[in-house]
Amino acid sequence: MTATIENPNYAYPARSKRGPSFEKAGWIFMRASGVVLVVLIFGHLAYNLIWTPGGIHAIDFGFVGGKLADPFWQWWDVTMLWLAILHGSNGMRTIVNDYVHKPRIRQIALGAIAVAAVILILLGTLITFTFDPCPPTADPSLLPSFCADL
Amino acid sequence: MSETSSSLTLPDPAPQKTSFSGTLYRGNEGMWSWVLHRITGVAIYFFLLVHVLDTALIRVSPEAYNAVMATYKNPIMGLGETVLVGAVVLHALNGLRVIMVDVWPWATRNQRPLFWIVMGLVVVLMAYFVPNHLINVFSPMEGGH
Ligand code: HEM
Ligand code: HEM
Repeated sequence: MTATIENPNYAYPARSKRGPSFEKAGWIFMRASGVVLVVLIFGHLAYNLIWTPGGIHAIDFGFVGGKLADPFWQWWDVTMLWLAILHGSNGMRTIVNDYVHKPRIRQIALGAIAVAAVILILLGTLITFTFDPCPPTADPSLLPSFCADL
Repeated sequence: MSETSSSLTLPDPAPQKTSFSGTLYRGNEGMWSWVLHRITGVAIYFFLLVHVLDTALIRVSPEAYNAVMATYKNPIMGLGETVLVGAVVLHALNGLRVIMVDVWPWATRNQRPLFWIVMGLVVVLMAYFVPNHLINVFSPMEGGH
């Protein structure tokens, strides 16, 4: 069954503004980042929890040291970090705008989301690239096996 | 196009009857997909805030990182991880459905069966993940982490 609506105008017409806008960029970003995040996060979960023998039990400093000594995993993790935080924060912004109507509280909530995003992105990026898998003063039994050869 | 408000007076389309009729907003698959997408998105967001901080402990010391990771290895957390992965899989596949429905007319017309395909794929992926993960969670730890 099809119905033709003669005059599909509406009390709140869709904005037909052409050209760049923040909301449009956000809409595109949510979709583009989502597609990339599927690959990065499914890969992250499959590698860490399923394909590594022992799964969750195998995760310790030595495991992470072994991974982050490899630029491949450094870039994997940093891309996943930036995209997931920006995607999640932008999604939380939408939700706050939907439910929080008092201007003051909305401002505080949006500010908190933005501050958390900046701090976590900086912290995570710094850690991934300045991380030393073989800290000289640490107990050697906790380190990745290749540290013994240094 | 002329400015009239004729469409404002069109009768509302009849909602599909579900067993929830009369007790809840009578939404269809589209509403459930939206509610689940929103809840899982928020849940993953709060996990991620904590997760970046726990990963940051690798910069403090091996002992600090291993101590916190040890808490992820008890069976209760193992069940929590299972729920988290379920939420990620659901949000991810439903997100792909939302993207397809937005950009691809065929998917827009078929968004309802696509929702059930998403739910089916979630079940299939979790049928692979859950046994694998729970075997790890419940097997004795070697090496005395
Ligand atoms: C795994 C791949 C992912 C895909 C394919 C995906 C897809 C999407 C899409 C397409 C939207 C927009 C929905 C809309 O405009 O109606 C969205 C919203 C959202 N996403 Fe994701 N996402 C993914 C991962 C994540 C992650 C890791 C987080 C958290 C850190 C997250 C949190 C959110 C939130 C909070 C929203 C807003 C929900 C709403 O407005 O109702 N997503 N996601
Ligand atoms: C129970 C499930 C999970 C476990 C056991 C886990 C484990 C880990 C481990 C061991 C690392 C250290 C580096 C590496 O292995 O590459 C890490 C990093 C990371 N994980 Fe997960 N993860 C889980 C779920 C997730 C999810 C669902 C997301 C996305 C929302 C995520 C996002 C990240 C990010 C962005 C990093 C990099 C952090 C940084 O570079 O500072 N993880 N995770």
